Amino acid sequence: MSHIDDADAVYDADVLVIGGGTAGPLAAYKAKAANPALKVVLLEKANVKRSGAIAIGMDGLNNAVIPGFASPEQYVREITIANDGIVYQKALLAYAERSFDMICELDRWGVKFLKDENGDYDVKKVHHLGTYVLPMPEGGSVKKILYRQLRKAQVLISNRFMATRLLTAKDGRIAGAIAVNSRSAELLVIRAKAVILAAGAAGRLGLPASGYLWGTYENPANSGDGYAMAFHAGAELTNLECFQINPLIKDYNGPACAYVGGPFGAYTANSRGERFIESDYWSGQMMLEFYRELQSGSGPVFLKFDHLAPETIAEVEGILHKVERPSRGQFHAGRGTDYRRDMVEMHISEIGFCSGHSASGVWVDEFARTTVDGLYAAGDMASVPHNYMLGAFVNGAIAGEHAAGYAREVDLADCDPAQIEAERARTRAPLRNEKGLPANQVEYKIRRFVNDYLQPPKSPRKYEIAQKRFAEIRADLQSLVARDAHELMRALEVHSILDCAEMAAAASLYRKESRWGLYHYRLDYPDRNDADWFCHVQLYKDAKGGIACRKRAVDPYVVPVEATERDAYNRLRIEARS
Amino acid sequence: MSFAENPSEFPVKVDLEKCIADKGCTICVDVCPLDVLRIDPATGKAHMKYDECWYCLPCELDCPTKAITVSIPYLLR
Repeated sequence: MSHIDDADAVYDADVLVIGGGTAGPLAAYKAKAANPALKVVLLEKANVKRSGAIAIGMDGLNNAVIPGFASPEQYVREITIANDGIVYQKALLAYAERSFDMICELDRWGVKFLKDENGDYDVKKVHHLGTYVLPMPEGGSVKKILYRQLRKAQVLISNRFMATRLLTAKDGRIAGAIAVNSRSAELLVIRAKAVILAAGAAGRLGLPASGYLWGTYENPANSGDGYAMAFHAGAELTNLECFQINPLIKDYNGPACAYVGGPFGAYTANSRGERFIESDYWSGQMMLEFYRELQSGSGPVFLKFDHLAPETIAEVEGILHKVERPSRGQFHAGRGTDYRRDMVEMHISEIGFCSGHSASGVWVDEFARTTVDGLYAAGDMASVPHNYMLGAFVNGAIAGEHAAGYAREVDLADCDPAQIEAERARTRAPLRNEKGLPANQVEYKIRRFVNDYLQPPKSPRKYEIAQKRFAEIRADLQSLVARDAHELMRALEVHSILDCAEMAAAASLYRKESRWGLYHYRLDYPDRNDADWFCHVQLYKDAKGGIACRKRAVDPYVVPVEATERDAYNRLRIEARS
Repeated sequence: MSFAENPSEFPVKVDLEKCIADKGCTICVDVCPLDVLRIDPATGKAHMKYDECWYCLPCELDCPTKAITVSIPYLLR
């Protein structure tokens, strides 16, 4: 395998993929497979072997569309309903139609999926309506399997490079990207015909209740750089007010996880051990019921396993303590929590952007194209809602294939030297400052304000105060100090985090209604208002460099949704029986 | 530089007897998604240089000599 050694240099590629976690490897692999003559470069902030949301594997597919269990149309309908109707269905359908083929391809690569005695996929029901969850025994090996495929395909992998800004040509189309090495601080300019952003969620937006900056739900390497880069390159983002908020193990701040436990009989319960929601599938509507229970006399909320047989619990532990967040077992042991005897105390996560579970992302169409010519996005940072790991794989593949075709048709665009110089100055400033502010303190302050003012329920006055505080901190960014390349990476991440915080505030203030349950629950407009707000909110950079929003109509559905089904996700609460 | 030193308990602990970084091994440093581990030039062994741990465990699981133990960070446990 070749590496790029001449950092601090200009390098040319046909297709540049930014982010080597989940969507990125598939994008790079499929671009190379579509046209082996292309020079495909994969940049990763960490190391592709262990990076992104699935660094330590995943316990299953949460949105598998498998013949015999679900059709692509059923899946599109389910997610349309789960996301309160605000979806670009063509992108959902493009995913759903390729979901099964991707599972078969992963199976051929060596990913193990749960099968029944006949050798058929053993799919479980977790969603409110349909059946889409396919467990992955030995799910810890996913990254290793992907890495093997990347090596076979001769993708050029460059680890420890953090992309910081995209480059655009005079006509607005993509021209490449700038990256900084997290070990040496060297600057790399990559000119590329097509760029695929796959930089993951904005996972360091809110502050976990523990106060530990790194105790996030998301892999904290996912600091929202992709959202920030897309914004500065002129791409439209969408649904940013539809925050990610997840039900997690209190303090540990990882999933408990009901998707694994549910099919074995575990369920979310209140302090009396009673069910209060019909479905444990993560949706804004579910999170609102969860929030209400937490705030009520019936709270707190727990995940309940203690009614299950000991051998069932041993099987569940065999999954939960090995894959995705394997330190769960150590955490429970430290607190003396035993699933056989104790319910697991749950809480709600800090806010973030992540289309993997909600809908906030860079706007993409059914070919993973953003609104910038030659720029694609996939995975947790692209706007295909509820797309999870399998969605990242499929949409990454779609992006890679389309970008390969695009790269064949165009020449390298001319880079603007002024863009490069501006970025050189921005990325060098923290190293030049001898006095000033360390990144961890600036980050803590931004994220504490995110919790204080942006965490739903949303109040406009609080949001306006947040905007004022964020503007003050923006002036502080010039004072960031980095003593080494690692601290420089953190300082540059703080820029992304502040960008995301300001985007979260602007989009939430723009949408004057409540939608998506807790994700966008406004105290001043507590009801859904389809007459005025059945639309996407597109956020973009205006001519003065500020944040602007506009409405985008929801495209006509390609899969119709019956009026009787439309509100199914608003009927999640189990009413108290007398 | 006028930064205060704030003490914190490092979640990643390295057994210096077992660590073979001085023989050229850099696996834990390579696999950390947060890039918080380094080889200490004084001892030639791996150590946690930055207190930025996601308690995700690749360092512990991938270490060929089982020299690493990750604790849940104190604020969470």
